[in-house]
Amino acid sequence: MNNEQLIINNAVDKAVLADYITMLSDNSMILGHRLSELCGHGPSLETDIALTNISLDLFGQVRMYLQYAAQLKDEETTEDTLAFLRYPNQYRNVLLVEQPNTDFAYIIARQFFFDAYHALLLEELKQSTDETIRAIATKSLKEVSYHQRFSSEWLKRLGDGTDISHEKMQAAVDHLYPYISELCEASPLELEMQATGIGANLAQLKAAYFERVNSVLEEATLTIPENKWTQSGGKKGIHTEHLGYILADFQYMQRVYPGMEW
Amino acid sequence: MQNIAALEQEFESKIERGISIEPKDWMPEKYRKTHIRQISQHAHSEIVGMLPEGNWITRAPSLRRKVALLAKVQDEAGHGLYLYSAAETLGISRDELFEQLHSGKAKYSSIFNYPTLSWADMGAIGWLVDGAAIINQVMLTRTSYGPYARAMVRICKEESFHQRQGYEIMLTLSKGTPEQKQMAQDSLNRWWWPSLMMFGPTDAESTHTAQSMKWKIKLKTNDELRQQFVDITVPQAEILGLTIPDPDLKWNEEREQYDFGAIDWEEFWQVVKGHGPCNKERIAARKNAFEGGAWVREAAIAHAEKKAARTELKKAV
Ligand SMILES: [Fe+2]
Ligand SMILES: [Fe+2]
Repeated sequence: MNNEQLIINNAVDKAVLADYITMLSDNSMILGHRLSELCGHGPSLETDIALTNISLDLFGQVRMYLQYAAQLKDEETTEDTLAFLRYPNQYRNVLLVEQPNTDFAYIIARQFFFDAYHALLLEELKQSTDETIRAIATKSLKEVSYHQRFSSEWLKRLGDGTDISHEKMQAAVDHLYPYISELCEASPLELEMQATGIGANLAQLKAAYFERVNSVLEEATLTIPENKWTQSGGKKGIHTEHLGYILADFQYMQRVYPGMEW
Repeated sequence: MQNIAALEQEFESKIERGISIEPKDWMPEKYRKTHIRQISQHAHSEIVGMLPEGNWITRAPSLRRKVALLAKVQDEAGHGLYLYSAAETLGISRDELFEQLHSGKAKYSSIFNYPTLSWADMGAIGWLVDGAAIINQVMLTRTSYGPYARAMVRICKEESFHQRQGYEIMLTLSKGTPEQKQMAQDSLNRWWWPSLMMFGPTDAESTHTAQSMKWKIKLKTNDELRQQFVDITVPQAEILGLTIPDPDLKWNEEREQYDFGAIDWEEFWQVVKGHGPCNKERIAARKNAFEGGAWVREAAIAHAEKKAARTELKKAV
């Protein structure tokens, strides 16, 4: 490898790397947004506070990722232009995290399905060849381990609680289960980043993910849905109808009052 | 009877000497009831107060502001939690207190029945509403009931942080574009008078003041506190370059205080009695959260019982 090649690779990598980091942040951002909708409306003060904590952690991660991505881009790019000023098909979160807060069972199922993946992903990213990603993953993993404990405990409580809670929890799991395979399906960008040693190997964590998910569902006395049909598209920017409304709220101020300091 | 007289005397003497009353101490029934009323009213204000600001979390204009607002509203939930716990030490359950809120039997601060119509309201609420709350509450850190006083020490620290954060939002807007400055002025116009009403009716009309002062729930009257708020806030508005919506507001050289215009008490009572712009929405939101969450709380109890039974069974085997 000669010097010239290195520089060229580096230049290519910067844009792709920024893209990958933005993609990593999108899941945290959209899930963080969904949780932030609940602040003040939780089923108890304690769960209200806990869900807001998770939202705060996720937005904290978003800020670390996007500040790094902005640095890799041009001078006009900031964490806020990346967060707020993309078109809907430029957000690449998985469909799972944009699903609505139908009831507390859906909130918990969505959270658990994501947390279990998130923890495994961050374990992988702790080995990334990129120093900043390693640091973000190390810090985030501590938070996400707590999220996973919270959501899996609640999944068990509701699954193995009353008849009503069991029924609601099963309905939420049945509804959301088709969305979870997308988490471990690598997009071309993810494959490219995996090849450089920066990104995670999703194929590798898939088995561990389903093992984890299914064992907690069993412990919660829930039936594991037959995984025949799957829903995906978010990683390609093809979303559910929900994302448009999320962004209408999320981008509101930046769109109505463009280019101002807040 | 003599026994009670002796207990009463001991209680009075503790109050006079500034020794705090603790949950296990004997206390007159009226003291207990007054404290349940006041502490729960305060707790309800914290959690109903989450709603108007919660209304802008999803629309916050930057990531930094969003995180700060989320954390602020979460702090208010924490305040609610400390205060409900303090009220519970007086022998009433959190569920009973919620019932009182939902039925309209218990009151909460009227200010939260006004709508939040722009991002600037996040600034104005922090600056004015948290600011007024601090003036109302700082004396409660030395109130006679121990658990209440201790809760207030933690709460007041966070409220002053909220107040600074709100003022900083206003400062950013007032240094911004003409639209932003206009947004800030519009917000001040709407929140100024309701903020003055936060100190309650004038002294002549206030029913609880004398007793409350004796028990150190209050150290100053409503009107004194209101004056203090005006005197602190007017210079802050000047720094922002915003105009306080009161044509009668002016410095009184003689009193060395600001004179200000008459408060619309009719509006105050209308809102207190449940007919403000958002009373119904606020209570409905709290009721929905509580009633909609009943199955969750029941499931948690059922699960804990099942778990305990399983552990028992294991021990028996
Ligand atoms: Fe508070
Ligand atoms: Fe506050």
